[in-house]
Amino acid sequence: MASTITPDFITQKLQEKFGDDIQLVELPYGFPTYTVAKKAVYDVVAFLKNDPALSFQFLTTMCGLHYPNTNKDFGLMLQLHNLPENVQVRIKCFTDEVNPSFKTFTTLWPAANWMEREAYDFFGFNFEGHPDLRRILNMDSLEGWPLRKEFPLEDPFRRDKDDKMFGR
Amino acid sequence: MSQSIEKLEGFEGPGFMATSLDKAVGLARKNSIWPLPFATSCCGIEFMATMASTYDLARFGSERLSFSPRQADLLMVMGTIAKKMGPVLRQVYEQMAEPKWVIAVGACASTGGIFDTYSVLQGIDRIIPVDVYVPGCPPRPEQILDGVMKIQDLVHNESLRRRNSPEYKEMLASYGIE
Repeated sequence: MASTITPDFITQKLQEKFGDDIQLVELPYGFPTYTVAKKAVYDVVAFLKNDPALSFQFLTTMCGLHYPNTNKDFGLMLQLHNLPENVQVRIKCFTDEVNPSFKTFTTLWPAANWMEREAYDFFGFNFEGHPDLRRILNMDSLEGWPLRKEFPLEDPFRRDKDDKMFGR
Repeated sequence: MSQSIEKLEGFEGPGFMATSLDKAVGLARKNSIWPLPFATSCCGIEFMATMASTYDLARFGSERLSFSPRQADLLMVMGTIAKKMGPVLRQVYEQMAEPKWVIAVGACASTGGIFDTYSVLQGIDRIIPVDVYVPGCPPRPEQILDGVMKIQDLVHNESLRRRNSPEYKEMLASYGIE
């Protein structure tokens, strides 16, 4: 049974409410994906959650994005799920800031707590209003943000692996 | 597997035998090692096979695993140790009572293995001293048994004074322990 929440319906609802803040509408592999202005991202997500016709009430995942050497390098991606209708939606936003700061989503979902800590841990993003923003997966003494593309992957302190031998 | 029925060197007569304390204690210790399995990934699975009936580590006197570091003799580190896990491993090592031995099982525990990355410890000997390294990714149970037998040799031949020697204390100090 097809859901009444079609991609076109979501697009229409969002554009009605947010107009030009919905910057890009895509449908990769049938997955409704919206790129929105950074200033509107919290309101868009809150609207998707709270609007009775949409009610995307489950936060599936959230993560940071880094596309170096574009106008807007850093971004944030959220995936929401309407469980009764089994419809999913993806929200992206990009920014040209070097140290982006977003409004915390923990006010909408407590589950966003650890996901935002992960985005902080790996990308250095700030989340205003987050109750406990500190590293979650990496060791506390790590310096830098490992999933930023300029971060060197290899352990700089290795002793036994010789560059000459391993061809790096 | 005639490990446990070997004969001690010493002076023998009818109804008695005299040997050095070192040798008698060494024989007792080597055949009653209590291992502490610190298994974090696939090498731990091989260790399970090593403990099970086909390979049966119990044949070498290591029947009884100790899940408390305070009662363990041998720390068996099996698997990738992330840098975040490092302080935990170190604390476990510090909680073990002397005399204690450490075996690094598999490429990851020995050198970091294929995980040449910022988040993985490049060998546990960066933070704790290691007695025996077992290569392999993962090593077969036979290799783990061979490593344990190497530990048995060390245990058997260790001087009772070694743990009080300045060299040993210096070695621990180089790791910042005590």
